[in-house]
Amino acid sequence: MNNLVQVQNVSKSFGEVNAVKGVSLEIDQGKFFSLLGPSGCGKTTLLRLIAGFEIPNSGKILIDNKSMDGVEPNLRPTNMVFQNYAIFPHLNVEQNVSYGLRKKNLSKAEKDEMISQVLELVGLTGLNQRSANALSGGQKQRVALARALILKPKVLLLDEPLSALDKKLREQMQLELRHLQRAVGITFILVTHDQEEALTMSDKVAVMFDGEVEQVDSPRKLYERPASQRVASFIGDMNFINEKALETKDGLKVKSKILGDIFIPKNQVSGKLSNNKIIIGIRPEMISIITKNSDSKGLISGKITDISYFGVTTYYKIECGSNAKALSVSAQNSFGQMDYKIGETVKLKMDVNSLVGFLD
Amino acid sequence: MTRSSKYLKFFAFTYLIFLYAPALLLPIFSFNSSQIIAFPLTGFTFHWFETLLHQSTLHEALRNSLIVAVSSSVLATILGILASRSATRYDFTGKQISLTFILAPLVLPEIIVGVALLIVLMQLGLSLNLWSVVLGHTLLIMPFSILIMNSAFNNLDISLEEASMDLGENQFGTFYRIILPLVFPGIMASLLIGFTLSLDEFIIAFFLTGTDTTLPVYIWAQFRFPKKLPTTMALGTLLLVTSFILLSLSEYFRRRAVNSRSSVL
Ligand SMILES: Nc1ncnc2c1ncn2[C@@H]1O[C@H](COP(=O)(O)OP(=O)(O)OP(=O)(O)O)[C@@H](O)[C@H]1O
Ligand SMILES: [Mg+2]
Repeated sequence: MNNLVQVQNVSKSFGEVNAVKGVSLEIDQGKFFSLLGPSGCGKTTLLRLIAGFEIPNSGKILIDNKSMDGVEPNLRPTNMVFQNYAIFPHLNVEQNVSYGLRKKNLSKAEKDEMISQVLELVGLTGLNQRSANALSGGQKQRVALARALILKPKVLLLDEPLSALDKKLREQMQLELRHLQRAVGITFILVTHDQEEALTMSDKVAVMFDGEVEQVDSPRKLYERPASQRVASFIGDMNFINEKALETKDGLKVKSKILGDIFIPKNQVSGKLSNNKIIIGIRPEMISIITKNSDSKGLISGKITDISYFGVTTYYKIECGSNAKALSVSAQNSFGQMDYKIGETVKLKMDVNSLVGFLD
Repeated sequence: MTRSSKYLKFFAFTYLIFLYAPALLLPIFSFNSSQIIAFPLTGFTFHWFETLLHQSTLHEALRNSLIVAVSSSVLATILGILASRSATRYDFTGKQISLTFILAPLVLPEIIVGVALLIVLMQLGLSLNLWSVVLGHTLLIMPFSILIMNSAFNNLDISLEEASMDLGENQFGTFYRIILPLVFPGIMASLLIGFTLSLDEFIIAFFLTGTDTTLPVYIWAQFRFPKKLPTTMALGTLLLVTSFILLSLSEYFRRRAVNSRSSVL
C-alpha cells in the first residue's frame, strides 16, 4: 500500500465542542494533500492530531502503517510548519535550522553540509548568522520550512503557512512550495481556508465542514463534480436551479422552464431522488452570452439586471423568466467581446455536460 | 493641563520628597566629621567608612545576610518558576485560591507573619537559626517571584514549545533549550528583587534569628551606642546604594523580559 497516512474514524472534542467528528482519510505517499474548509471547521485540530499535539477521543491514526497511539510528537515521523512560524527568537537562522539535528549522530561537517543544502533549497543561502528577529515574514516562513525539511520527515504538516503573507508574496510562495514538494518528494499536508490556494497547489483536497470531511478529490473533480451544494458554493461560484426530475435507467430527465428539456447522466448526480426534487448546478463560466442577432433556436432568453467588471472577467446577473432567481454568468473579457448593457435582452447557451444534479 | 492633574503632580512630588529626603540625610551625615548627628555640618571625612572595615561582628552579620539573601532569593525563584509555570500552562481546580494564598504575604503585615512563623517554629521544637530566617524570607519574596515569573511565562508563545517538541526534543530538552533562555531575564529580575528584599528585611529577621544576626538586625542593635551612630550611617549609605543598584538592574531585566515578546510576527 502507498497510503502513507491513514486517519481512521477519528473524533476529537474539546469539552462541549466536537471539533473533529469521525474523520477518515487516506493520504498517498509523496502527494500534496490539502485540508480545505471554512474557519472553525476543525482543520487545525485534524493536523494537530496527526502531529501528536492532540490525542483523539476515538479512532486511530497510522503513519507508514504504524499506529501513532501513544507516540509523542517528538517521536513521530512528522514535522510541522506553524501558522505563526514559531521561529525561536533567541536563536539565529542556522541555530533554528539545525535545532532538530542535535539528537542525530552527525559530525560537524555533515551538519554544515545539510544546513547549507537546505538553506539553498529554500533560498536563504548566506543568511546563516541572521538573527531571528531581523527576518521578514517571508524569510521566517522559509526558516520554518528549512527547519522541518532538514529532518527529512515522512510527512510535512503546514498550518495556513501563507496566510500571514501579502498577496504577491503569497502567490510566489504557493508556486515555490509546490516546486519544493515535487523536488523533495515528501508528503505535504496543507491546511488552508483559501480555496484557490488548495486548488492550485494540491494533488488532492479534502473539503471539511463542521468537523466532517465532505469530499476528497482532485482539484479538478472537486470543481467540476462537487458532491454537495456546500462544496460547490465553497469552491468557486455556482448557480442553483430548483427543478423536478424523472429517473431513467442511466440518468435523470428534467423538464426545466429555464433550461428546457435536458438529460443529466448518473455520474453527474449525487444523492438519492425523493419527491422528484432536484437542484441543478451550473458554474457561471459554463454559460455564455450569444450575440443578439444569432439563431435563437434552443437558446434561453434573459434580461441583464446587473454587471460587475473584474478586469479579466465580467460578471452578469441575468433574469430568465419572471419568477426565477437571476443567473450568474461570467465572461472572459477577450478581444472582440461584445459590450452589453443593463436591461438588454440576450440569448444564453450553456454547456449541458457541465451540469451537476444534487438530490436530497 | 487640567487643575486636578496639577494637584496630582504636586501631591506626587511632595510624596516623593517626604519619602526620600530622610534617606538622603544618611549619606550626608556619613561623610560628616562630627560624631553628633546635627546641622551644621562640620567637615568632610571617610573616617566612618574606614571604621566599618575593622568591625568583625559587622562582617559576621554581613556574611549571614548574604547567606540568607542568596538562599532565599534562589529558593523563592525556583518555587516561583514552578508555580507560575503550572499557573500559566495548566488548568486545575483551586488554582486561583492557591495563587491568592501565595500572594497573601504581599498585604499581610510582616510583624504578623514574623510572630506566626516564630510560634510555629517553636511549637515544632525547631531551633532558631539562619535557616529559619531563610524560610521566612522565602515566604516574603515568593509573591514577587511569582508575579515576575508569571509575566515572563505569559509572554512565552506555546507554539515555540510545540515546535521544539515537533523537532524531536523531549520535555526536558525543550525546557532547557527554549523555555529557560526565554524566561532568563525574568529569572534574573526575580533573583535580584528577592536578594534586595531579603538584604533589607528587618522584622522577620528580628523574630527568627537566633544568635546569628543579619545586617539590619545588627544595625538596629548598634543604635544603643550613640557614639557608633555615624558608622551606622555609613553602613546605611552603603546598603542604600547597593539596594538602588540591585533594584535598577532587576527593573532592567524585568523590562527585557516583558519586551522580548517571543511570538515574533
Ligand atoms: N484547545 C482548544 N480548546 C477548546 N476548543 C478548541 C481548541 N482548539 C480548537 N477548538 C475548537 O474546535 C473547533 C475547531 O477548531 P480548529 O482550530 O481546528 O478550526 P480551524 O478549521 O483550524 O479554523 P481556522 O481556519 O479558524 O484556523 C473550533 O470551534 C474551536 O473553537
Ligand atoms: Mg486553524
